[in-house]
Amino acid sequence: MKKALFHITVFVIVVLSLLPFLWFVNTSLKTSLEITSIPPVFIPSGTVQSYVSAMKDYNLLHYVANSVYVAGATTVITIFLSVLAGYALARLRIKYKGLLMGSLLLVSMFPQISIAGPVWRILDGLGWLNSYQGLIIPYVTLTLPLGVWILASFFSELPQELEDAARIDGCGHLQTLLRIMVPLAAPGVFTAAILIFIYAWNEFFFALLIMTRQTVQTLPVGIALFQGQFTLPWGEIAAASTVATVPLVLIVLLFQKQIVRGLSSGAIK
Amino acid sequence: MKLSLIARERIFASSLLVPCFLFVVFFALYPVSYSFFLSLHKIILGLPSLGQPFVGLDNYRDLFHDQVARHSLSNTLLFVFLSTFFELLFGLIIALVINRQFRGRGLVRAAILVPWAIPTVVSSQMWRFIFNDKYGLVNFLFYGSHTSLYAAWLANPLTAFAAIVIADVWKTSSFAALIILAGLQLIPDELYEAAEMDGASEWQQFTQITLPLIKPALLIALLFRTMDAFRVFDLVFVMTQGGPGDSTNVLQFYGYKKIFAEGLMGYGSTISVLVFFITFIIALFYLKLIGTSLFQEKQ
Repeated sequence: MKKALFHITVFVIVVLSLLPFLWFVNTSLKTSLEITSIPPVFIPSGTVQSYVSAMKDYNLLHYVANSVYVAGATTVITIFLSVLAGYALARLRIKYKGLLMGSLLLVSMFPQISIAGPVWRILDGLGWLNSYQGLIIPYVTLTLPLGVWILASFFSELPQELEDAARIDGCGHLQTLLRIMVPLAAPGVFTAAILIFIYAWNEFFFALLIMTRQTVQTLPVGIALFQGQFTLPWGEIAAASTVATVPLVLIVLLFQKQIVRGLSSGAIK
Repeated sequence: MKLSLIARERIFASSLLVPCFLFVVFFALYPVSYSFFLSLHKIILGLPSLGQPFVGLDNYRDLFHDQVARHSLSNTLLFVFLSTFFELLFGLIIALVINRQFRGRGLVRAAILVPWAIPTVVSSQMWRFIFNDKYGLVNFLFYGSHTSLYAAWLANPLTAFAAIVIADVWKTSSFAALIILAGLQLIPDELYEAAEMDGASEWQQFTQITLPLIKPALLIALLFRTMDAFRVFDLVFVMTQGGPGDSTNVLQFYGYKKIFAEGLMGYGSTISVLVFFITFIIALFYLKLIGTSLFQEKQ
Protein backbone atom coordinates (compact mmCIF):
# COMPACT_ATOMS: atom_id res chain seq x y z
CA MET A 1 0.00 0.00 0.00
CA LYS A 2 2.71 2.41 1.06
CA LYS A 3 4.89 1.31 -1.80
CA ALA A 4 2.06 1.84 -4.26
CA LEU A 5 1.55 5.36 -2.94
CA PHE A 6 5.23 6.08 -3.43
CA HIS A 7 5.16 4.84 -7.01
CA ILE A 8 2.05 6.86 -7.77
CA THR A 9 3.77 9.99 -6.43
CA VAL A 10 6.82 9.34 -8.61
CA PHE A 11 4.57 8.80 -11.61
CA VAL A 12 2.60 12.00 -11.01
CA ILE A 13 5.80 14.04 -10.60
CA VAL A 14 7.26 12.75 -13.87
CA VAL A 15 4.03 13.21 -15.81
CA LEU A 16 3.44 16.74 -14.54
CA SER A 17 7.07 17.67 -15.29
CA LEU A 18 7.09 16.40 -18.84
CA LEU A 19 3.54 16.44 -20.18
CA PRO A 20 2.96 20.19 -20.66
CA PHE A 21 6.07 20.58 -22.76
CA LEU A 22 5.48 17.35 -24.71
CA TRP A 23 2.06 18.76 -25.57
CA PHE A 24 3.77 21.82 -27.06
CA VAL A 25 6.21 19.65 -29.04
CA ASN A 26 3.20 17.66 -30.20
CA THR A 27 1.57 20.93 -31.32
CA SER A 28 4.62 21.84 -33.37
CA LEU A 29 4.06 18.71 -35.48
CA LYS A 30 0.43 19.48 -36.33
CA THR A 31 -1.18 21.21 -39.27
CA SER A 32 -2.87 24.51 -38.45
CA LEU A 33 -6.23 22.78 -38.76
CA GLU A 34 -5.22 20.12 -36.23
CA ILE A 35 -3.98 22.76 -33.78
CA THR A 36 -7.38 24.45 -33.51
CA SER A 37 -9.55 21.34 -33.67
CA ILE A 38 -11.87 20.28 -30.86
CA PRO A 39 -11.57 17.72 -29.41
CA PRO A 40 -7.80 18.10 -29.64
CA VAL A 41 -5.85 15.84 -31.95
CA PHE A 42 -3.61 13.70 -29.76
CA ILE A 43 -1.60 12.02 -32.49
CA PRO A 44 -0.36 14.68 -34.90
CA SER A 45 0.08 14.09 -38.60
CA GLY A 46 3.79 14.71 -38.09
CA THR A 47 4.07 17.50 -40.61
CA VAL A 48 7.10 19.79 -40.39
CA GLN A 49 5.13 22.61 -42.00
CA SER A 50 5.43 24.75 -38.84
CA TYR A 51 9.19 24.35 -38.77
CA VAL A 52 9.53 25.28 -42.42
CA SER A 53 7.31 28.31 -41.95
CA ALA A 54 9.18 29.35 -38.78
CA MET A 55 12.41 29.30 -40.78
CA LYS A 56 11.08 30.91 -43.96
CA ASP A 57 8.58 33.46 -42.66
CA TYR A 58 10.00 34.15 -39.22
CA ASN A 59 13.78 33.87 -39.72
CA LEU A 60 14.07 31.22 -37.03
CA LEU A 61 17.66 30.32 -37.95
CA HIS A 62 18.68 33.93 -37.61
CA TYR A 63 17.46 34.01 -34.01
CA VAL A 64 19.21 30.71 -33.34
CA ALA A 65 22.50 32.07 -34.69
CA ASN A 66 22.21 35.22 -32.54
CA SER A 67 21.46 33.15 -29.45
CA VAL A 68 24.36 30.79 -30.08
CA TYR A 69 26.71 33.72 -30.53
CA VAL A 70 25.57 35.72 -27.49
CA ALA A 71 25.29 32.75 -25.12
CA GLY A 72 28.59 31.27 -26.36
CA ALA A 73 30.55 34.51 -26.00
CA THR A 74 29.03 35.18 -22.57
CA THR A 75 30.05 31.71 -21.40
CA VAL A 76 33.65 32.03 -22.63
CA ILE A 77 34.20 35.50 -21.17
CA THR A 78 32.49 34.80 -17.85
CA ILE A 79 34.39 31.54 -17.38
CA PHE A 80 37.71 33.21 -18.08
CA LEU A 81 37.04 36.00 -15.57
CA SER A 82 35.56 33.61 -13.01
CA VAL A 83 38.57 31.31 -13.11
CA LEU A 84 40.85 34.23 -12.29
CA ALA A 85 38.65 35.72 -9.57
CA GLY A 86 37.52 32.37 -8.15
CA TYR A 87 41.11 31.23 -7.75
CA ALA A 88 42.16 34.46 -6.04
CA LEU A 89 39.18 34.34 -3.66
CA ALA A 90 39.57 30.67 -2.80
CA ARG A 91 43.32 30.22 -2.51
CA LEU A 92 45.22 33.47 -2.14
CA ARG A 93 45.71 35.61 0.96
CA ILE A 94 43.69 38.75 0.33
CA LYS A 95 41.91 41.33 2.40
CA TYR A 96 38.13 41.86 2.36
CA LYS A 97 37.45 38.33 1.06
CA GLY A 98 34.06 38.19 2.76
CA LEU A 99 33.09 41.60 1.48
CA LEU A 100 33.98 40.70 -2.11
CA MET A 101 32.11 37.38 -2.02
CA GLY A 102 29.17 39.10 -0.34
CA SER A 103 28.99 41.85 -2.94
CA LEU A 104 28.90 39.20 -5.67
CA LEU A 105 26.07 37.43 -3.88
CA LEU A 106 24.25 40.75 -3.66
CA VAL A 107 24.66 41.38 -7.39
CA SER A 108 23.25 37.94 -8.17
CA MET A 109 20.08 38.97 -6.37
CA PHE A 110 19.62 42.33 -8.09
CA PRO A 111 16.23 42.66 -9.69
CA GLN A 112 17.04 43.51 -13.33
CA ILE A 113 14.75 46.55 -13.25
CA SER A 114 16.96 48.18 -10.59
CA ILE A 115 19.76 48.56 -13.13
CA ALA A 116 17.85 48.47 -16.43
CA GLY A 117 17.50 52.22 -17.05
CA PRO A 118 21.16 53.10 -16.34
CA VAL A 119 22.53 50.09 -18.25
CA TRP A 120 20.40 51.11 -21.23
CA ARG A 121 21.70 54.70 -20.96
CA ILE A 122 25.34 53.61 -20.70
CA LEU A 123 24.96 51.35 -23.73
CA ASP A 124 23.12 54.10 -25.60
CA GLY A 125 25.99 56.49 -24.85
CA LEU A 126 28.49 53.98 -26.19
CA GLY A 127 26.36 53.36 -29.28
CA TRP A 128 26.07 49.70 -28.30
CA LEU A 129 22.31 49.25 -28.30
CA ASN A 130 21.39 46.62 -30.88
CA SER A 131 24.93 45.26 -30.88
CA TYR A 132 26.15 41.90 -29.64
CA GLN A 133 28.61 43.38 -27.16
CA GLY A 134 25.77 45.51 -25.78
CA LEU A 135 23.98 42.35 -24.66
CA ILE A 136 27.04 40.28 -23.82
CA ILE A 137 28.36 42.84 -21.30
CA PRO A 138 25.27 42.81 -19.04
CA TYR A 139 25.10 39.03 -19.34
CA VAL A 140 28.74 38.68 -18.27
CA THR A 141 28.09 40.98 -15.31
CA LEU A 142 25.00 39.07 -14.20
CA THR A 143 26.55 35.60 -14.59
CA LEU A 144 29.87 36.44 -12.90
CA PRO A 145 28.53 35.88 -9.36
CA LEU A 146 27.39 32.37 -10.30
CA GLY A 147 30.68 31.56 -12.04
CA VAL A 148 32.91 32.93 -9.30
CA TRP A 149 30.98 31.20 -6.50
CA ILE A 150 31.03 27.81 -8.22
CA LEU A 151 34.71 28.04 -9.18
CA ALA A 152 35.78 29.34 -5.79
CA SER A 153 34.03 26.38 -4.19
CA PHE A 154 35.80 23.95 -6.56
CA PHE A 155 39.21 25.60 -6.13
CA SER A 156 38.96 25.57 -2.35
CA GLU A 157 38.55 21.78 -2.35
CA LEU A 158 41.84 21.11 -4.18
CA PRO A 159 44.71 19.89 -1.97
CA GLN A 160 47.28 22.47 -0.96
CA GLU A 161 50.23 20.08 -1.54
CA LEU A 162 49.91 20.19 -5.33
CA GLU A 163 50.15 23.94 -5.34
CA ASP A 164 53.13 23.87 -2.97
CA ALA A 165 54.89 21.27 -5.12
CA ALA A 166 54.44 23.42 -8.21
CA ARG A 167 55.86 26.40 -6.34
CA ILE A 168 58.89 24.43 -5.20
CA ASP A 169 59.46 23.34 -8.79
CA GLY A 170 59.76 27.02 -9.60
CA CYS A 171 56.35 27.70 -11.14
CA GLY A 172 55.22 31.32 -10.80
CA HIS A 173 51.75 32.20 -9.54
CA LEU A 174 50.21 32.48 -12.98
CA GLN A 175 51.83 29.27 -14.21
CA THR A 176 50.61 27.38 -11.15
CA LEU A 177 47.10 28.62 -11.80
CA LEU A 178 47.02 27.82 -15.50
CA ARG A 179 49.04 24.59 -15.59
CA ILE A 180 48.11 22.92 -12.30
CA MET A 181 44.94 24.37 -10.82
CA VAL A 182 42.74 24.96 -13.88
CA PRO A 183 43.06 21.39 -15.20
CA LEU A 184 42.28 20.06 -11.71
CA ALA A 185 39.22 22.29 -11.43
CA ALA A 186 38.01 21.29 -14.92
CA PRO A 187 34.78 19.71 -13.57
CA GLY A 188 33.99 23.02 -11.87
CA VAL A 189 34.73 24.97 -15.02
CA PHE A 190 32.42 22.68 -16.94
CA THR A 191 29.62 22.89 -14.38
CA ALA A 192 29.81 26.68 -14.30
CA ALA A 193 29.92 26.85 -18.11
CA ILE A 194 26.71 24.81 -18.43
CA LEU A 195 24.81 26.99 -15.97
CA ILE A 196 26.08 30.23 -17.51
CA PHE A 197 25.19 29.08 -21.01
CA ILE A 198 21.66 28.13 -19.92
CA TYR A 199 21.23 31.51 -18.22
CA ALA A 200 22.36 33.47 -21.28
CA TRP A 201 20.36 31.28 -23.66
CA ASN A 202 17.16 31.81 -21.67
CA GLU A 203 17.49 35.48 -20.67
CA PHE A 204 14.69 37.68 -21.92
CA PHE A 205 14.46 40.98 -20.05
CA PHE A 206 17.72 42.62 -21.17
CA ALA A 207 17.50 41.05 -24.61
CA LEU A 208 14.11 42.74 -25.02
CA LEU A 209 15.42 46.17 -23.98
CA ILE A 210 18.72 46.17 -25.78
CA MET A 211 17.88 44.34 -28.99
CA THR A 212 15.05 46.25 -30.65
CA ARG A 213 16.19 45.49 -34.20
CA GLN A 214 15.01 42.12 -35.45
CA THR A 215 18.32 41.16 -37.08
CA VAL A 216 20.15 41.02 -33.74
CA GLN A 217 17.39 39.59 -31.53
CA THR A 218 17.87 36.33 -29.64
CA LEU A 219 15.50 33.35 -29.60
CA PRO A 220 13.48 34.24 -26.47
CA VAL A 221 12.71 37.70 -27.89
CA GLY A 222 11.73 36.15 -31.21
CA ILE A 223 9.47 33.59 -29.57
CA ALA A 224 7.81 36.22 -27.37
CA LEU A 225 7.13 38.56 -30.29
CA PHE A 226 6.04 36.18 -33.09
CA GLN A 227 2.90 37.71 -34.56
CA GLY A 228 0.49 36.33 -37.09
CA GLN A 229 -1.72 38.34 -39.41
CA PHE A 230 -5.00 37.45 -37.70
CA THR A 231 -4.29 34.90 -34.99
CA LEU A 232 -1.18 33.86 -33.14
CA PRO A 233 0.96 31.50 -35.21
CA TRP A 234 0.85 28.71 -32.60
CA GLY A 235 2.46 26.13 -34.85
CA GLU A 236 5.45 28.35 -35.54
CA ILE A 237 5.73 29.44 -31.89
CA ALA A 238 5.67 25.79 -30.79
CA ALA A 239 8.26 24.88 -33.44
CA ALA A 240 10.61 27.69 -32.42
CA SER A 241 10.06 26.80 -28.76
CA THR A 242 11.03 23.21 -29.45
CA VAL A 243 14.15 24.35 -31.29
CA ALA A 244 15.06 26.61 -28.35
CA THR A 245 14.49 23.90 -25.77
CA VAL A 246 15.84 20.68 -27.30
CA PRO A 247 19.53 21.64 -26.85
CA LEU A 248 18.85 22.41 -23.19
CA VAL A 249 17.02 19.14 -22.61
CA LEU A 250 19.97 17.28 -24.13
CA ILE A 251 22.36 19.17 -21.85
CA VAL A 252 20.22 18.28 -18.84
CA LEU A 253 20.08 14.60 -19.79
CA LEU A 254 23.82 14.36 -20.42
CA PHE A 255 25.10 16.49 -17.57
CA GLN A 256 22.50 16.31 -14.82
CA LYS A 257 25.12 15.37 -12.22
CA GLN A 258 27.17 18.51 -12.93
CA ILE A 259 24.07 20.69 -12.97
CA VAL A 260 22.81 19.33 -9.67
CA ARG A 261 26.22 19.79 -8.12
CA GLY A 262 26.51 23.35 -9.43
CA LEU A 263 23.04 24.40 -8.28
CA SER A 264 23.49 22.99 -4.81
CA SER A 265 27.15 23.95 -4.33
CA GLY A 266 26.08 27.12 -2.55
CA ALA A 267 23.58 25.28 -0.39
CA ILE A 268 25.93 22.64 0.99
CA LYS A 269 28.54 25.05 2.20
CA MET B 1 63.63 46.70 -3.70
CA LYS B 2 62.43 43.17 -3.25
CA LEU B 3 58.81 42.71 -2.27
CA SER B 4 57.89 40.23 0.41
CA LEU B 5 56.18 37.00 -0.65
CA ILE B 6 52.89 38.05 0.87
CA ALA B 7 52.97 41.43 -0.84
CA ARG B 8 53.62 39.75 -4.17
CA GLU B 9 50.76 37.35 -3.58
CA ARG B 10 48.46 40.27 -2.77
CA ILE B 11 49.42 42.09 -5.97
CA PHE B 12 48.87 38.94 -8.02
CA ALA B 13 45.50 38.31 -6.35
CA SER B 14 44.36 41.89 -7.01
CA SER B 15 45.30 41.66 -10.67
CA LEU B 16 43.18 38.51 -10.94
CA LEU B 17 40.21 40.21 -9.28
CA VAL B 18 40.30 43.50 -11.17
CA PRO B 19 38.72 42.36 -14.48
CA CYS B 20 35.83 40.64 -12.71
CA PHE B 21 35.08 43.55 -10.44
CA LEU B 22 35.37 46.11 -13.25
CA PHE B 23 32.27 44.50 -14.77
CA VAL B 24 30.51 44.29 -11.43
CA VAL B 25 31.25 47.88 -10.49
CA PHE B 26 30.50 49.49 -13.86
CA PHE B 27 27.49 47.45 -14.90
CA ALA B 28 25.87 46.52 -11.58
CA LEU B 29 26.88 48.67 -8.61
CA TYR B 30 27.22 51.97 -10.46
CA PRO B 31 23.86 51.50 -12.28
CA VAL B 32 22.07 50.99 -8.96
CA SER B 33 23.26 54.35 -7.66
CA TYR B 34 22.65 55.88 -11.08
CA SER B 35 19.02 54.70 -10.84
CA PHE B 36 18.72 56.69 -7.63
CA PHE B 37 20.20 59.75 -9.37
CA LEU B 38 17.77 59.38 -12.29
CA SER B 39 14.81 59.06 -9.93
CA LEU B 40 15.48 62.60 -8.62
CA HIS B 41 15.17 64.09 -12.11
CA LYS B 42 12.50 64.60 -14.70
CA ILE B 43 13.68 62.76 -17.79
CA ILE B 44 11.44 61.90 -20.71
CA LEU B 45 13.09 59.89 -23.47
CA GLY B 46 10.84 61.27 -26.19
CA LEU B 47 11.54 64.89 -25.20
CA PRO B 48 15.32 65.36 -25.15
CA SER B 49 14.88 69.15 -25.36
CA LEU B 50 13.46 69.02 -21.85
CA GLY B 51 16.93 68.25 -20.52
CA GLN B 52 16.92 66.60 -17.13
CA PRO B 53 15.79 69.11 -14.51
CA PHE B 54 16.29 68.19 -10.87
CA VAL B 55 12.92 67.66 -9.19
CA GLY B 56 13.94 66.40 -5.77
CA LEU B 57 11.55 63.84 -4.34
CA ASP B 58 8.63 64.79 -6.61
CA ASN B 59 8.77 61.47 -8.45
CA TYR B 60 8.56 59.60 -5.14
CA ARG B 61 5.56 61.67 -4.09
CA ASP B 62 3.87 60.79 -7.38
CA LEU B 63 4.77 57.15 -6.90
CA PHE B 64 3.13 57.17 -3.48
CA HIS B 65 -0.13 58.37 -5.01
CA ASP B 66 0.09 56.14 -8.08
CA GLN B 67 -2.75 53.60 -7.79
CA VAL B 68 -1.27 51.32 -10.47
CA ALA B 69 2.07 51.25 -8.65
CA ARG B 70 0.37 50.31 -5.38
CA HIS B 71 -1.60 47.64 -7.16
CA SER B 72 1.59 46.30 -8.78
CA LEU B 73 3.28 46.21 -5.39
CA SER B 74 0.50 44.19 -3.79
CA ASN B 75 0.35 41.91 -6.85
CA THR B 76 4.09 41.33 -6.63
CA LEU B 77 3.96 40.54 -2.91
CA LEU B 78 1.04 38.16 -3.40
CA PHE B 79 2.81 36.49 -6.31
CA VAL B 80 6.03 36.11 -4.29
CA PHE B 81 4.14 34.65 -1.34
CA LEU B 82 2.01 32.19 -3.29
CA SER B 83 4.67 31.00 -5.70
CA THR B 84 7.43 30.51 -3.10
CA PHE B 85 4.99 28.74 -0.76
CA PHE B 86 3.96 26.19 -3.37
CA GLU B 87 7.47 25.86 -4.78
CA LEU B 88 8.88 24.99 -1.37
CA LEU B 89 6.00 22.60 -0.66
CA PHE B 90 6.34 20.75 -3.98
CA GLY B 91 10.12 21.05 -3.84
CA LEU B 92 10.09 19.31 -0.47
CA ILE B 93 7.85 16.52 -1.74
CA ILE B 94 10.00 16.00 -4.84
CA ALA B 95 13.20 16.05 -2.78
CA LEU B 96 11.85 13.47 -0.30
CA VAL B 97 10.90 11.22 -3.21
CA ILE B 98 14.24 11.49 -5.02
CA ASN B 99 16.16 11.02 -1.79
CA ARG B 100 14.96 7.39 -1.66
CA GLN B 101 16.79 4.64 -3.45
CA PHE B 102 14.73 3.20 -6.28
CA ARG B 103 15.17 2.01 -9.84
CA GLY B 104 15.08 4.78 -12.42
CA ARG B 105 15.92 7.47 -9.88
CA GLY B 106 18.37 9.17 -12.27
CA LEU B 107 15.69 9.38 -14.95
CA VAL B 108 13.19 10.92 -12.54
CA ARG B 109 15.78 13.49 -11.54
CA ALA B 110 16.43 14.31 -15.20
CA ALA B 111 12.66 14.62 -15.81
CA ILE B 112 12.18 17.18 -13.05
CA LEU B 113 15.11 19.20 -14.38
CA VAL B 114 13.37 19.67 -17.74
CA PRO B 115 10.97 22.42 -16.56
CA TRP B 116 13.90 24.18 -14.90
CA ALA B 117 15.95 24.19 -18.12
CA ILE B 118 13.16 25.40 -20.43
CA PRO B 119 13.48 29.12 -21.28
CA THR B 120 10.84 31.05 -19.32
CA VAL B 121 9.58 32.63 -22.52
CA VAL B 122 8.95 29.16 -23.93
CA SER B 123 7.13 27.94 -20.83
CA SER B 124 5.10 31.17 -20.84
CA GLN B 125 3.97 30.62 -24.44
CA MET B 126 3.29 26.98 -23.60
CA TRP B 127 1.00 27.82 -20.66
CA ARG B 128 -0.64 30.59 -22.66
CA PHE B 129 -1.49 27.96 -25.26
CA ILE B 130 -2.69 25.48 -22.64
CA PHE B 131 -4.96 28.18 -21.12
CA ASN B 132 -6.16 29.32 -24.56
CA ASP B 133 -9.85 30.30 -24.59
CA LYS B 134 -10.76 28.55 -27.85
CA TYR B 135 -8.68 25.37 -28.09
CA GLY B 136 -6.63 25.17 -24.90
CA LEU B 137 -6.14 21.89 -23.09
CA VAL B 138 -7.45 23.25 -19.78
CA ASN B 139 -10.81 24.08 -21.33
CA PHE B 140 -10.99 20.64 -22.91
CA LEU B 141 -10.15 18.95 -19.58
CA PHE B 142 -12.90 20.88 -17.76
CA TYR B 143 -15.61 21.07 -20.40
CA GLY B 144 -14.83 18.45 -23.05
CA SER B 145 -16.26 19.44 -26.40
CA HIS B 146 -18.84 21.90 -25.02
CA THR B 147 -17.10 24.89 -26.54
CA SER B 148 -19.89 27.22 -25.42
CA LEU B 149 -18.70 26.73 -21.84
CA TYR B 150 -15.05 27.45 -22.63
CA ALA B 151 -13.57 30.15 -20.39
CA ALA B 152 -11.04 32.84 -21.26
CA TRP B 153 -8.81 32.07 -18.28
CA LEU B 154 -6.25 34.77 -19.04
CA ALA B 155 -8.94 37.43 -19.44
CA ASN B 156 -10.33 36.97 -15.94
CA PRO B 157 -8.37 38.75 -13.17
CA LEU B 158 -8.48 35.88 -10.71
CA THR B 159 -7.72 33.00 -13.07
CA ALA B 160 -5.10 35.01 -14.96
CA PHE B 161 -3.22 35.55 -11.72
CA ALA B 162 -3.59 31.89 -10.83
CA ALA B 163 -2.29 30.91 -14.28
CA ILE B 164 0.88 32.91 -13.76
CA VAL B 165 1.45 31.37 -10.34
CA ILE B 166 0.88 27.88 -11.78
CA ALA B 167 3.32 28.51 -14.63
CA ASP B 168 5.99 29.73 -12.18
CA VAL B 169 5.48 26.89 -9.72
CA TRP B 170 5.65 24.36 -12.55
CA LYS B 171 8.94 25.76 -13.79
CA THR B 172 10.86 26.32 -10.56
CA SER B 173 9.72 23.75 -7.99
CA SER B 174 12.54 21.52 -9.20
CA PHE B 175 15.12 24.16 -8.31
CA ALA B 176 13.81 24.25 -4.74
CA ALA B 177 13.81 20.44 -4.78
CA LEU B 178 17.52 20.28 -5.67
CA ILE B 179 18.53 22.66 -2.89
CA ILE B 180 16.40 20.77 -0.34
CA LEU B 181 17.77 17.46 -1.64
CA ALA B 182 21.32 18.66 -0.98
CA GLY B 183 20.24 19.33 2.63
CA LEU B 184 18.55 15.93 2.96
CA GLN B 185 21.67 14.12 1.81
CA LEU B 186 23.66 15.61 4.67
CA ILE B 187 21.50 13.88 7.29
CA PRO B 188 23.27 10.73 8.54
CA ASP B 189 21.24 7.51 8.28
CA GLU B 190 22.16 6.59 11.87
CA LEU B 191 19.78 9.26 13.15
CA TYR B 192 16.82 7.53 11.52
CA GLU B 193 18.03 4.10 12.65
CA ALA B 194 18.26 5.31 16.24
CA ALA B 195 14.83 6.92 16.02
CA GLU B 196 13.37 3.70 14.65
CA MET B 197 14.80 1.75 17.58
CA ASP B 198 13.19 4.23 19.94
CA GLY B 199 9.90 3.48 18.22
CA ALA B 200 9.43 6.86 16.53
CA SER B 201 6.79 6.84 13.82
CA GLU B 202 7.65 7.98 10.32
CA TRP B 203 5.79 11.25 10.84
CA GLN B 204 7.69 11.83 14.09
CA GLN B 205 10.98 11.15 12.33
CA PHE B 206 10.00 13.68 9.68
CA THR B 207 9.05 16.44 12.10
CA GLN B 208 11.74 15.74 14.71
CA ILE B 209 14.74 14.90 12.53
CA THR B 210 14.24 15.80 8.88
CA LEU B 211 12.59 19.20 9.16
CA PRO B 212 14.93 20.73 11.77
CA LEU B 213 18.02 19.48 9.94
CA ILE B 214 17.01 20.76 6.52
CA LYS B 215 16.04 24.15 7.91
CA PRO B 216 19.16 25.86 6.48
CA ALA B 217 18.53 24.31 3.06
CA LEU B 218 14.87 25.35 3.20
CA LEU B 219 15.87 28.90 4.07
CA ILE B 220 18.39 29.06 1.22
CA ALA B 221 15.78 27.75 -1.23
CA LEU B 222 13.34 30.31 0.16
CA LEU B 223 15.88 33.12 -0.25
CA PHE B 224 16.69 32.28 -3.88
CA ARG B 225 13.08 31.67 -4.84
CA THR B 226 11.90 34.89 -3.17
CA MET B 227 14.52 37.00 -4.94
CA ASP B 228 13.69 35.33 -8.23
CA ALA B 229 9.93 35.69 -7.80
CA PHE B 230 10.40 39.43 -7.21
CA ARG B 231 11.89 39.67 -10.70
CA VAL B 232 8.92 38.03 -12.41
CA PHE B 233 8.66 39.56 -15.86
CA ASP B 234 8.75 37.06 -18.73
CA LEU B 235 5.56 35.27 -17.63
CA VAL B 236 3.63 38.52 -17.33
CA PHE B 237 4.99 39.96 -20.56
CA VAL B 238 4.07 36.90 -22.61
CA MET B 239 0.93 35.61 -20.91
CA THR B 240 -1.03 38.71 -19.88
CA GLN B 241 0.85 41.98 -20.50
CA GLY B 242 -0.15 42.87 -16.95
CA GLY B 243 -3.86 42.56 -17.72
CA PRO B 244 -6.70 42.23 -17.54
CA GLY B 245 -6.97 45.69 -16.00
CA ASP B 246 -3.61 45.57 -14.18
CA SER B 247 -4.68 42.46 -12.27
CA THR B 248 -1.38 40.75 -13.10
CA ASN B 249 0.75 43.89 -13.29
CA VAL B 250 3.91 43.43 -11.22
CA LEU B 251 6.64 45.90 -10.26
CA GLN B 252 9.27 44.78 -12.74
CA PHE B 253 6.75 44.88 -15.58
CA TYR B 254 5.34 48.25 -14.49
CA GLY B 255 8.85 49.71 -14.24
CA TYR B 256 9.67 48.38 -17.70
CA LYS B 257 6.52 49.95 -19.13
CA LYS B 258 7.17 53.33 -17.52
CA ILE B 259 10.83 53.54 -18.52
CA PHE B 260 10.89 51.92 -21.92
CA ALA B 261 7.36 51.92 -23.34
CA GLU B 262 6.40 55.39 -22.05
CA GLY B 263 9.95 56.76 -21.90
CA LEU B 264 9.57 58.12 -18.37
CA MET B 265 13.17 57.46 -17.37
CA GLY B 266 13.02 59.61 -14.23
CA TYR B 267 9.68 58.45 -12.84
CA GLY B 268 10.29 54.83 -13.83
CA SER B 269 13.56 54.89 -11.92
CA THR B 270 11.69 55.41 -8.65
CA ILE B 271 10.20 51.96 -9.22
CA SER B 272 13.72 50.60 -9.83
CA VAL B 273 14.89 52.09 -6.53
CA LEU B 274 11.82 50.83 -4.68
CA VAL B 275 12.28 47.27 -5.98
CA PHE B 276 15.96 47.38 -5.13
CA PHE B 277 15.35 48.38 -1.52
CA ILE B 278 12.56 45.90 -0.95
CA THR B 279 14.64 42.98 -2.23
CA PHE B 280 17.75 44.22 -0.42
CA ILE B 281 15.97 44.28 2.94
CA ILE B 282 14.40 40.88 2.39
CA ALA B 283 17.75 39.40 1.32
CA LEU B 284 19.50 40.77 4.43
CA PHE B 285 16.73 39.42 6.63
CA TYR B 286 17.00 35.93 5.13
CA LEU B 287 20.80 35.92 5.13
CA LYS B 288 20.73 36.73 8.83
CA LEU B 289 18.25 33.92 9.47
CA ILE B 290 20.41 31.50 7.47
CA GLY B 291 23.49 32.66 9.36
CA THR B 292 21.88 32.02 12.75
CA SER B 293 20.44 28.67 11.73
CA LEU B 294 23.81 27.45 10.42
CA PHE B 295 25.45 28.74 13.58
CA GLN B 296 22.98 26.89 15.80
CA GLU B 297 23.59 23.71 13.87
CA LYS B 298 27.35 23.94 14.38
CA GLN B 299 26.81 24.29 18.12
